[in-house]
Formats: sequence, structure tokens, C-alpha cells
Amino acid sequence: MRTWLLIAVLAVGSVLMKTLGPVLAGGRQPPPPLTRIIALVAPAVISALIVTGTFTQGQQLIIDARAAGVGAGAVALWFRVPAVLAMLIAAVVCALLRFAA
Amino acid sequence: MPLALPIAAVGMSFGLLAGPLLGAMPSILMSAVVWSGTAQFAALSILTSGGGTALAASAGLLANTRFLPMGFAIAPSMTGGPLRRLLRGALLADASFVIGHRGGGRFDISALAWAAPMQYVTWVGGTVVGVAGATAIGDPARWGLDVLFPVFYLSLLLPDLFPEHIQAARHRARRQGDRANRGRGHASSRNLRPIIVAVLAAVITLVLTPIAPPGVPVLVAAAAALIGIRPPPQPVTRAGAGDDA
Repeated sequence: MRTWLLIAVLAVGSVLMKTLGPVLAGGRQPPPPLTRIIALVAPAVISALIVTGTFTQGQQLIIDARAAGVGAGAVALWFRVPAVLAMLIAAVVCALLRFAA
Repeated sequence: MPLALPIAAVGMSFGLLAGPLLGAMPSILMSAVVWSGTAQFAALSILTSGGGTALAASAGLLANTRFLPMGFAIAPSMTGGPLRRLLRGALLADASFVIGHRGGGRFDISALAWAAPMQYVTWVGGTVVGVAGATAIGDPARWGLDVLFPVFYLSLLLPDLFPEHIQAARHRARRQGDRANRGRGHASSRNLRPIIVAVLAAVITLVLTPIAPPGVPVLVAAAAALIGIRPPPQPVTRAGAGDDA
């Protein structure tokens, strides 16, 4: 029973948070200062997601095979390697290091 | 879509971990109706460590508060009535947000909407496989699949940070068109703000991860965008430099 309640609360809460912005502020061009902030939300959030996926495990900061894999992928991207190939390089580097360890 | 594999892999991890604790059906249902890895893992980790339902629910909700600023970010790019925007907004997820973003605060809502069903199916499907006990395949992390997310996200972030270096030919064509439409874009002056914001967000995430609950560091990092409240520094024009001399 408690589990079902947990699932319901999480589901409703998530949808609320995802749709609040689109419903309240959708389709209108906000004033210039807000527009400039909105333009920077994506770089901020994406950067935070990259750091989370590369250096964290739960609440711990870790430098492990993932950091090496992402580093290899980043170098590949910098030299204009297509994204899918860069992802492959990162996965191979990461898997090899994990296999070696 | 290159993210199908890692999404399925993370869904499997969730199924493997949640199955024994919550039971098969609740685990699958949770992926089907919550559809957010961060929130689900956050709630699960509380339950695993002996926390109660209320605590697990708050952890999961807190982890998803990042969707508030993300929702407001995509809002101006949306069209149609409130119901249409509600339905499109419900398709917001980390990956669909990154896929839909087009730089300069604009979002391709149809790209976001098209990415979502694929993500959804692979996420729920991955959970089902995980719950069914994918011991034959083992821990998906061993295959290096988890690094696919950061590298894919990076491939979509770099054009924002270093437009003139990274842009592929098709990107360049599209952005030049956009620049012409926008008139005064950052065509003439180098716009350092996305780089500053990205570095700031990375530092915030690193500092907060050990002390804040999962998901919260990303929410606070989104606040790095607030530096945009000030007007961008005016590029020094030739006329201005001449006046000074």
C-alpha cells in the first residue's frame, strides 16, 4: 500500500514540475532579462548532468574509468569526430579500464 | 537514436535493484508512471537504507525539482493552447531536453516530443528486463554503457560553448540562418557567457554532490543561468574606441 502511495506521489509530483512552466509561461516571449537567463539554463543544466554522470556515484565524488572514458570522448568531439563515434570511443575506453582493473 | 542503449541499461539497473525490494509489478509501474531515473534511484536509495515512504517520496520529488527551471526554459518555444503545452511538457526528461535544445534559449519542441516515446519505451522495457533478472547479461555498468550519457550530452553542449570551433557543416548553415533572423546575435562579439555558466554549474555540482540529496545539485547549478539577468557587455565599437583616443 505504501509502495503504491510512493509511486503515485512521485508520478503526480514529477508531471506537475515538468508542466508548470509550459502551462504558465508557454508560447509567450518573456522580457529580455528573463530571455537571457533562459538562454543560459540549458548550458547550466547540461553541464551539471555531465559532471553528475562523470564524477559522481550517489553522493560520492569519484574519479574512475568513467572520467577516462568521458575524457577520451571529449577529445574526440573536440576534433570534430561524430557524436556516435565519440560515444563508442568513450564506452570502449571505459570498458577496457574496468576490465583491466 | 544513440541513447536507446544507455537508457535501456540504466532501466535494467533500476529493475535489478528495485525488483527484490518493491516487487516486480510496483517496480515496472514506477518506471511507467514516474519515468525519471534520478527520482526513482533517489527514492530507492532511501528505502534501501531503511528510510520510510515519506522520506523516499520527498527525496524523489526533490530530485525532480530541476524540471521546474527546465520547464520554464522550454516554455517560450512552445505553441498551442494550454492543453497541448501540458501534454508536450509532460514529455520533458533529461535526454529529451538536451536533444531538443538548439542553443540561445531556443528549443525544437517537436524534436523533444519525438525523442520522448523512444526514451519511454526503452526505459520501461529496460526495467522489465532488469526485474525479470538479467543475470545473464550482468551489471550493465561493466560494459561502459553509463559513459554514453555524459559524452552524448557533451556533444550537444560543445556547440553552445565553442560555436565557431565545433559546429558541423549542417549546424553552421542552420545557425547562420538563425543569426540573420535574430539580427543582433553574438555574431560579432565572442559570447563567453555560456562557457562561464557551464563552468560555474560544474563547480556547483561538484561542491554540492557530497552534501545535498541527489538531484538537488543540478537544480542549484541551474541557478548559474541567473548571471544572464545583467545585459551582456557591449562590444567595444570602433567609433567608441576612436572617441576615447
